[in-house]
Formats: sequence, C-alpha cells, structure tokens
Amino acid sequence: MNSGLFNLIASGIFQFPLMPEQASEGAARYDALFLTISALTVLFTVIVYVLVAVLAVRYRRSAKIDRSNPMTHSTILEAIWLGVPLVLGLIMFVWSATNFIKVRTMPKEGKEIFAMGKQWMWHFEHLDGIRENNELHVPVGVPIKMTMISQDVIHSMYLPAMRAQYHVVPGRYTQLQFTPTKTGEYLILCAMHCGTQHSEMVGKLIVLSETDYQKWQDNGGNRFRPSPKTMEEAGRLTFNEQGCANCHTNVDNPRAPTMLGLMDSKRTFTDGSSTIADADYVRESILNPERKITAGWENIMQSYHDQLTEEEVMHLVKYIQSLSGVKGDYEKSEFPSDPQATRKLNTTDSANREQSAGAAQFQQTPNSK
Amino acid sequence: MSSTVVETTPKVEPQVEKNYLNADHTIKSWLLTTDHKRIAVLYLISVTVMFFFGSVAAALIRYELTAPRGLLLSSEAFNKTFSAHGVFMVFFFLVLAIPATLGNFLVPIQIGARDLAFPRLNLLSWYLYTIAAVLVLISMFMGGVDAGWTFYTPLSSTYSNTQITLCLVGIFISGFSSIATGVNFVATIHKMRAPGMTWFKLPLMIWSTYATSVIVLLGTPVVAITLFLVVVERAFGFGIFSPELGGDPVLFQHLFWFYSHPAVYIMILPAMGIISELITCFSRREIFGYKFVAFSSMAIAGIGFLVWGHHMFISSQSVYQGIIFSLISFIVAVPSAVKVFNWSLTLMKGSVHFSTPMIYALGFLGLFVIGGLTGLYLASVDTDVHLTGTYFIVAHFHYVMVGGTIMAFLGGIHFWWPKMFGRMYSEFWGKLSAIIVFVGFNFTFFPQFILGYLGMPRRYHLYYFAPEWQVYHIMSTLGSSILGIGFVLPAIYLTHSLVKGRKAEANPWDARGLEWEYTSSPPITENFAKTPVFRGKVYDYDAVADAAKYEGEIEPVIEGKGRTNV
Repeated sequence: MNSGLFNLIASGIFQFPLMPEQASEGAARYDALFLTISALTVLFTVIVYVLVAVLAVRYRRSAKIDRSNPMTHSTILEAIWLGVPLVLGLIMFVWSATNFIKVRTMPKEGKEIFAMGKQWMWHFEHLDGIRENNELHVPVGVPIKMTMISQDVIHSMYLPAMRAQYHVVPGRYTQLQFTPTKTGEYLILCAMHCGTQHSEMVGKLIVLSETDYQKWQDNGGNRFRPSPKTMEEAGRLTFNEQGCANCHTNVDNPRAPTMLGLMDSKRTFTDGSSTIADADYVRESILNPERKITAGWENIMQSYHDQLTEEEVMHLVKYIQSLSGVKGDYEKSEFPSDPQATRKLNTTDSANREQSAGAAQFQQTPNSK
Repeated sequence: MSSTVVETTPKVEPQVEKNYLNADHTIKSWLLTTDHKRIAVLYLISVTVMFFFGSVAAALIRYELTAPRGLLLSSEAFNKTFSAHGVFMVFFFLVLAIPATLGNFLVPIQIGARDLAFPRLNLLSWYLYTIAAVLVLISMFMGGVDAGWTFYTPLSSTYSNTQITLCLVGIFISGFSSIATGVNFVATIHKMRAPGMTWFKLPLMIWSTYATSVIVLLGTPVVAITLFLVVVERAFGFGIFSPELGGDPVLFQHLFWFYSHPAVYIMILPAMGIISELITCFSRREIFGYKFVAFSSMAIAGIGFLVWGHHMFISSQSVYQGIIFSLISFIVAVPSAVKVFNWSLTLMKGSVHFSTPMIYALGFLGLFVIGGLTGLYLASVDTDVHLTGTYFIVAHFHYVMVGGTIMAFLGGIHFWWPKMFGRMYSEFWGKLSAIIVFVGFNFTFFPQFILGYLGMPRRYHLYYFAPEWQVYHIMSTLGSSILGIGFVLPAIYLTHSLVKGRKAEANPWDARGLEWEYTSSPPITENFAKTPVFRGKVYDYDAVADAAKYEGEIEPVIEGKGRTNV
C-alpha cells in the first residue's frame, strides 16, 4: 500500500502516478478497502471476460462440437451467482459502514477549525483568532475537526491526500475530520461545481511539525494580521455590541432564556416539539428566531438575518458554546424590572454597555465563578 | 416457432412493394403520421441530431483538458460546454434513445399489434420532444447554462445568471414526452398482445421496455416538478431551495436524485433488453434463465427507487441514512450481476456468429461489467467519500451510459436496420467500427478512473496545481478521437446503405420473433397482413441445426422448412 512503490513501477518516460499521497490516519484505512474492492473488480472482470471469450470461441459457428441439450436454466448456478455477489457485497458493506462511522465521528480532542466557502475561495479561522485565506496550517498528528458553512452556493471541501471530503452547504453547519500524519503541502479542492471559477477554488493544506506549528502560531500566522481576539472573545464582543445581553441575561427572565448552559441542553418549543441545542439550532435562533420559540416565552426577538455576517454568527455560536459548562449553577440575579433601568441599558453606548448589569455577567468566564 | 395464423380474408393486391416507408412520400405524411414505425424514424433523426450537438461539446471539453491551463475556452465557456454536453446527452439522448426509436418501432411488432395503444399520443410525444429540444438549443445559443446537467441549487436557482429558466422549461416539456411514451408502452404491452403471446413468451426486449416505462411513469413527474420549482424560485423568488429565501438546498438533491438515479435504469434497462435479443440470436439458442432475466429487470426497476441517497453520502445527510442507502445500493447491483452471468452462459452450446450486432453485444458485456463493478466503489459509503465529485464518477457513469447504453443502441440499430429500412450495410465496416468504439472507449474513460482516484474533481477547467494529471488527460483525449471515428463511421456507412445497400430479405439474420418471421423488410404500414397467433415458444433457436447448416449437411431440410411467412 506504499504509493511510492506503485508510482515507481508505473514510471517510464512519463510519470504515471497511480495513487494519491497517503497523509492522514484515515488514508491507509481507506486505501485498504479501496484496493480490496479493486481486487474484486479485477477478479470478476477477468472471470466474465474469460468465460465469454472461452465460450464464444469454443462454440463459434464453425466449431465441431456437441451442442445437444443446452442448459436453459439452473437453479443451483443462478443461486450461486445471486448468492456470491450478495455475500461479498454485504461483507464490503459492513467494512465500509464501519469505516464511515469512524470517518464521521468527530474527535472530542484535537484542533477545531472554522471554514467558510464562498465563490471562489476558502476562508479559515482558528480558535485563537488567526485567519487564513486559501491556506490552512495544521500541526501533524493532531485530530482536526472542521466546522464548515457556505456563504453562497454549495461547495465541497475535498482533501485528496487525507481521503476526506464533505459538502459545505449554505444555511447549515457541516463537519469534517482528519488527522494528518505527514508534514508537507497538500491540495485543498472544491469538488462541487460552484460557478465560473470553480476550478480555481483551490487552496493549500500545510501540515507542520509541532515545533514549526508553534512558531507559526506564535507569529500569529505567517501571512495575515493576527486577529486581536480569539473566536470566543470576538463572539462576546458581538454579543454585547448587538445588545444580546440586554435580554439574554444570566438567568431565565420574562423576556428571554439565559444562554448559560444552553448548548447541548434539551429545548422544548411552543409547538410541543423539542431538540437538543446544537450549533445549527443556535444559528437558526439568531437568524430566524421566530421559527422555534422555547416554551414559556413570547415571539419577540428580532431577526438578525441582515445584520450579522456568517463569520459573526460563527463567533456568537462559539461564545455561546463556551457558556455551556455551567448548567443550573449560576449566580441568581434579578432581571432589572425597573423600566428605567431597562431604558438605560438600551441607550448606553457600547463601551458602557459592557459594564452594565446583564452583560457584565457574561464577561466573566463561567469557570471563574 | 410453430405458429399458425387466424383465418382472415387474404388480401389479393400485391403488398410486396408497399411498405411503411414508401406508403406515402409527402412531408405532410411524415409530420402527421401516427404510424409507430415512422415516429420511430422521426425520433431516430432527432436523437441523432442531439447526439451530434452533445458530441461536439464533448470534443471541446476533451480538447480543452489536454493542457493544465486550457487551450481555447474561458472558464465560463468551459462550464457552459460541459453543461450543454450533459443536458443534450442525458435529457435528449440517453433517457429516450432506445425506447423512442427501437422501442417505438419494435414494441407493437414484437407483441403482434398493429400500432401502439395511443398512436396520436405517440405523435404528440415526438412534437413535445422537438419543441423541448428547440427550446434547449435556443437557450444554448442565447448564452447557455453553467450549472451542469444536475442543476444543483442554489447555484442554479439564485446565483447563476445564465439561460437556466429557458433551458429548464425545455427539459420540463421533454419530461411530458417521456411520460406520453411510457403510458403508451404500458397500455400497449398490457392490452394489445397477440393471441397466445402470454407474459412469459414476451421477448426480453419487451420486459425491459415495460420495466423502463414503469420507472418513467413514477419518476419523470418528480423531476419535472423539481426543475419547475427551480424555475419558480428563479422567476418569482419563492423560497424553495435557496436558504436566503428560507428554502433548503439539499431538498433539491433528494427530489432530483429520486428521479435521476432511476433514470440511470431508464437508460440501461432497454439496453439490457437489446442485449438479450442479440445474444440469443447470434448464439442461436434460447436465453439462459429467461425468468431470472425478466424478473431482474423488474427488481432493478423496484429497488432502483430506493437508492437515490447514494448520490448524497456527503451532502449533510445523516450517517445512518447514508449507511441504509449504501446497503440498498449493494443489493441493487445483484440483479445486474445475474443478467451478466445469464448472458455469458447463453453462449454455451450455442452456435456463435460474430456478426456486427454480436460484436457490439460482446463489447457491451465487456464495458458493462467494468461499469457495474466500479459502481461498488460508489455504493460503498466509505470509498465514495474520496471519489464522489471526481473523475472516478465521470468514468463510472460513462462506462454504464456510453459503454452500456450506446453500445447496445448501436448494436440494436445494426440488428434491426435491415428491418427498419430494408437495406443491408457493409459487414466489414460494421465490425470495424464496433471494434473501434470498444477500443476508443476504453482509452477515453479508463484513465479517468485513475484521475479520479488521484483527486481530479469533475467539472474542473484548470488543473495547473497538479500537472501530473496531464498525461491521463492526453490519453483520454486521444481515446476520444478514436471513439469519435467509431461514431462517425456508422453514420456514413448506414446512410450509404439506404441508397446503395443490398436489399434485405425479411429475416436476414435467421432470427426468431414476430418482427422477423411475420413481417417483410421493411414492414407494411399495418405491420402484419394477418393478425399473428403465437403458439410456439420464445427464442426458439436450434444451435445444432444452425451449425449443421454451416457445414452444408442438412441444408435442403432447412430450406424446406421456410422460416419466413410473409
């Protein structure tokens, strides 16, 4: 399964590469299944070709051969060629499904990266706030979990050397994971036709050794100005700037539920349905709050559809995620029932707002309580 | 086949010279005909024209891809070219090439009927097809479309500024043409079989046409409505598929593939029907496991509706959905495997003639096996992750569509050409072009499997970032030039045969079936002078007698038997 060996065999005057590079943990697992199916394909192709060639020549019209009593059907034979492909197919299926579950199970540990596809470039953001366009730096040996969304049409994040691919869809988050095992530069491709410059929506995945990555990170990325804030911090800033904290205080109140402990909790809605709060739910509740109203509250929140960029929404989601570890264990404080206080809250400028009642609670990290 | 005829008053006037082609010569008589045979000829001309346009687009694509930075086209023009190729080939050639030409011609004759159940509906279907084709051609010449033949939303519905609306309206109309043909076939096969022609005496061509028609009736309305919804979203801004308008882009894929996967079987099942006819005729024996082959067509039609999700393994569909669709996709491969083995064993104890149609049939087997088996990589949910959206997919479906459907279409055309037009073509050129198609095809599409595995995405115009892919693109383009010759040659010698070809007798292949034994070449407008009664068995060939005839041992006996009852 050494791709170099295969390529060496095939190389003559021209290079005839036969395998893509294997640069992730999943790649070897993938190629094992791929080559097994290839072996079966070759085997059955040869069986049919030989069978047809031998029979066609043996029974050619000019051949003097016994043609009496031709077999017109045979239940045993038909059971065999119904059964053998079926059994082999089922074995391949189980193998494949097992692999697929591994591929689609997102790692708990590791590095999280936010990716956004747009016509026609890839935008990446690291948790520490470093942003990159059409380039992604990751450390070797660390599981990478990518959360992706598209700003326009459907794209597909395709990393051939990692044997990883998943669609990047507008309006919902999708995820992709891989663990690079070899340092080097690999292709990032868009494999879903996305318009005019589809074939130029190409980037570079740069897998660095741990020390190189550390150096790169310390320099704040080698190409783009480091963002002053981590994604969480950027989210908190947006949260306060947009006045979210005015209603979503640190306790459930008559106007809005709290954001503390929201993520991963079960939400029951006014129509009786329920869901576990995840990134997609939070995103939808920011952009189209009227769609799912948590039981016990009124439909009073405005839509932020036209006011937030996809990036800001992602920051908010990250921030709200960071508030999840404090389920039911937060300081009890009264919602400012004084109308005077509410008005003050709404009119103070953003600098002051960070100091104001509701928002102040959110400035503290939950762990510090 | 021991058959007798119903007592009818024998016609006295000489019918020998009159046939459906020379019954009337006016253009009006062609444009207003309700004769299924004439409509088949009209369709043959139309689909050939569309195939020509599709091929020109294909040639442009192949030429462009020989260099990593392209040679002629801008990326925009390239995208429009592959979209045009897909639209022409899928919607205006593959889904109807066999049913509308050979199906139209053969369904009534093979079951012993004088015409289809609804002759005027049949003519209407050709007009709908023509209107649709003209609309789509106009949309292409007014600037074209750039969203691929799959028209994925929201690219097609809100982002593309090309002629998508007009093109989709055209495809929408062509859907009704397919539905009309499907209704006609189902009604005809159910109600108009000749006396004695029971279900299990039907030629397998009829079984597969029937299975195809069922899929057409269940699937085509879905895709027609889906594409129409895209038009509605484009024209009126209703939020159906675009998330910005409150729609769901992945919903489109579900609706689209609910039809478009079964559409693959719409393309391949009629091809399988033809292959069953060719292999039995040129092996001179009955098919191995008739019922297995017949039922496998129905099984494919049924299970084929439950596998659409395998186009969407990485589209944000849930993991469990993916696994279930993968399982069913493995299962749907089994009936096809059954057919391949049954065809292969049909050669056993036969008397194999290597005539032109048989070369095509053997070529079909060779290519379809590879096409079918490479489907396993894509049915397997894990291997699909790396291959979907790459040239591996392109290679796979061309092996099934071109290697399968077009090989069978050409084989069928060569087989029934003497029946349709009463002329023989040159066997030399026929065999040569069959071999050229087989060789050229493999050269064109085999390298694309490797390209796909290496990671070349489909619909890419440029690949300057991976120049090592170029060698395979050059191989593929060279192969496509050979393939092109293989398609041009039949167009020349078949047309030539219409004028200069030797006159064909009623049954030039010594084949079995009502169309060979009970009609002249070409048939008269009413198909049969007398309604045939079917008393024999289907595929009643005799390999021993055929081989003996070759050695000239019992020739007089065969002559005396007189297989042709015109």
